[in-house]
Amino acid sequence: MPESSAFAPQYASIRHRDYTAELGIWVFIATEVLLFGGLILAYFVYRHAFPPGFAAGSRHTEIVIGTANTAVLLTSSFLVAWAVEIFSPATAKIVTWLLIGAACLGLVFIVLKGIEYSKEYDEHLVPGIDFQLAGPKANGVQLFFVLYFVTTAIHALHMLIGICLLLTLAAICRKAPTTRHHTALHSAALYWHFVDVVWIFLFALIYLPGRSTS
Amino acid sequence: MSEKTYLTTDFTLRSWFLTTDHKRIAILYFASLIFFFFIGGAAAAAIRIELATPQADLVSSDVYNRLFTMHGIIMVWFFLIPSIPNTLGNFIVPLMIGARDLAFPRLNLMSWYIFMLGGCTTLFAIFAGGVDTGWTFYTPFSTLYSNSYVIVAAAGVFIAGFSSILTGLNFIVTIHRLRAPGLTWYRLPLFLWSLYATSVILVLATPVLAITLLLMATERFFGVGIFDPRIGGDPLLFQHLFWFYSHPAVYIMILPGMGVINELISCFSRKEVFGYKFVAWCSLAIAAVGFLVWGHHMFVSGQSLIASLVFSFMSFIVAVPSAIKVFNWTATLHKGSIHFDAPMLYALAFIGLFTIGGLTGLFLACLAFDVHATDTYFVVAHFHYIMVGGMVTAYFGGLHYWWPKITGRLYSEYWARTAAILIFFGFNLTFFPQFILGAEGMPRRYHVYPPVFQVWNVLSSGGAAILAVAYLMPLFYLGYSAFFGKRAPANPWNAPGLEWQTSSPPPEFNFETQPVVTREPYQYNERFDAEPQNA
Repeated sequence: MPESSAFAPQYASIRHRDYTAELGIWVFIATEVLLFGGLILAYFVYRHAFPPGFAAGSRHTEIVIGTANTAVLLTSSFLVAWAVEIFSPATAKIVTWLLIGAACLGLVFIVLKGIEYSKEYDEHLVPGIDFQLAGPKANGVQLFFVLYFVTTAIHALHMLIGICLLLTLAAICRKAPTTRHHTALHSAALYWHFVDVVWIFLFALIYLPGRSTS
Repeated sequence: MSEKTYLTTDFTLRSWFLTTDHKRIAILYFASLIFFFFIGGAAAAAIRIELATPQADLVSSDVYNRLFTMHGIIMVWFFLIPSIPNTLGNFIVPLMIGARDLAFPRLNLMSWYIFMLGGCTTLFAIFAGGVDTGWTFYTPFSTLYSNSYVIVAAAGVFIAGFSSILTGLNFIVTIHRLRAPGLTWYRLPLFLWSLYATSVILVLATPVLAITLLLMATERFFGVGIFDPRIGGDPLLFQHLFWFYSHPAVYIMILPGMGVINELISCFSRKEVFGYKFVAWCSLAIAAVGFLVWGHHMFVSGQSLIASLVFSFMSFIVAVPSAIKVFNWTATLHKGSIHFDAPMLYALAFIGLFTIGGLTGLFLACLAFDVHATDTYFVVAHFHYIMVGGMVTAYFGGLHYWWPKITGRLYSEYWARTAAILIFFGFNLTFFPQFILGAEGMPRRYHVYPPVFQVWNVLSSGGAAILAVAYLMPLFYLGYSAFFGKRAPANPWNAPGLEWQTSSPPPEFNFETQPVVTREPYQYNERFDAEPQNA
């Protein structure tokens, strides 16, 4: 078989392999949905229990950075989608730059997130490390910030994994892209968009409560 | 034998530890699970020795807490959940669907390494001093009060969860995409339907456990109050999240067993499974409804009465598909040509023990009775009838049934039957008295008890001794068979499944030529009316 090195023996054809891989990434995303689902459930339970605390906690967050990060992430998703759309050995150079651009925007997101974290640290809003807030809403605000830090940290970890994936694919595309890498790129892109969609939910849950009634 | 089998292609250690062959990975899992089974079993033995007398004579209350926690954590996450899926499933799934491997062989190997990393982390927690929270890690005890290695043990379980997810993902994709030509969904052996349902639970429930343990560890490590009522947290939220995983996990621990039983009952009755489509869809129904019953672990926790009523009702509903399966197995036996080979003895034991476990589950689903039985030995007996009487019995049954395929050797039928019968009697003697103890009010998780309970406890400990011997027996006669047993033919049971169409043990990529399926499964009457040859 001349093609035996092109795909593993359990597949009947290249198309079969790609078709199988795509289902794999969708099942993986299903498991990720439940991972963030558990966190978001905890958020809803406590927001239901402490509406004023969560509104107050939300007003302490940096909505400018959060909004900028949303724009950064959506743009990077756009670049990745563009790269998937035009991928072919002929367009390898553009694809490489699109992926590097998307990964850089991902890094910008992480840096902005770090600035946000340090501001919250300066304001003594990090439960477990330095949290100083008194008053009737303190419990609610603390729960808000615990969930805020856990959720955004897990999201940032997903971002870092995604950035590594994009950079790896960029390195591959620069050298010798084949049709095989289209599936890899497509899968990485699905993951990246998923991380993006999670952020859209987090943005609404973290930054928006309590803004209209301050 | 001149032909190369998966066992003889390469003998180096490297070829085992870096293999991507699903059959070799199954063997790696098999060896690891034996190890964990005996560690968990040793803890159980210590518990039963302590409980032989009403006083505390072997261990202190603190050590006792650590023993039952270790028993629970090891047996649930490092034996029962991976047991049938990762050993028999890993080995048999590609063979049953006529594929050359699982969809993602490297992911399969990675899942074993992740599993071992999780297992070693947990073992470290245990040998460094142990954990005393019980396998459920309930807050606020686990986060505020326990002076034991809670975070390390939770980290081990957390890590092992990823191995479960990867295995589930691999099975789902394999069953969807790698079926042989002609192998439609309704031609799949029922073992695959039940593993598919199991995989759906693994993929959808395990991440919730991961996040729950992560929140618990965060609370414990940073001293923040996620579940701490003093600063507004809700300890019940932990229980909801935990049981949202752990109740479906109960079905992870029984569905694969049910799947094995279909294969055994049908083969040794020489008949197709009665009501194939019902049994197939019942697996998925159990998986789906199983996600909606978790609150029955919390009837006395203070959750609302409405919630308790709904969860009670749903718990009765989930018994329906399980009961359908039991009825269909008995209907399969009806007018069958029944052969009492060792795997069949296990299968029959499964039906009896699972029925008792299932029916007592209905007792516990009744709100009024459950208040009386909560945290008593009645609950302990109930879930051991399902998990040990059900799953472990099915595991042994499946292991004997596919042993000739896995090793290419035949085992001693005499010893296998003796062990099967001993396991059945030892099991009942161990756990039936616990129903009586529980009904009379003996609480679980105490190392001392009033002398009035001693009779039943001594019976239970005696049964445990028989059970221990019976569980050790396969180690010897199967171990002997693996090296010195008689060579097995390709199809020793005369079964029609695809896994029997290739040689025993199979070659590296399972089939010389791609098999094509033209018939429904379990067609014992048409061409395969010959008798099993292994008696």
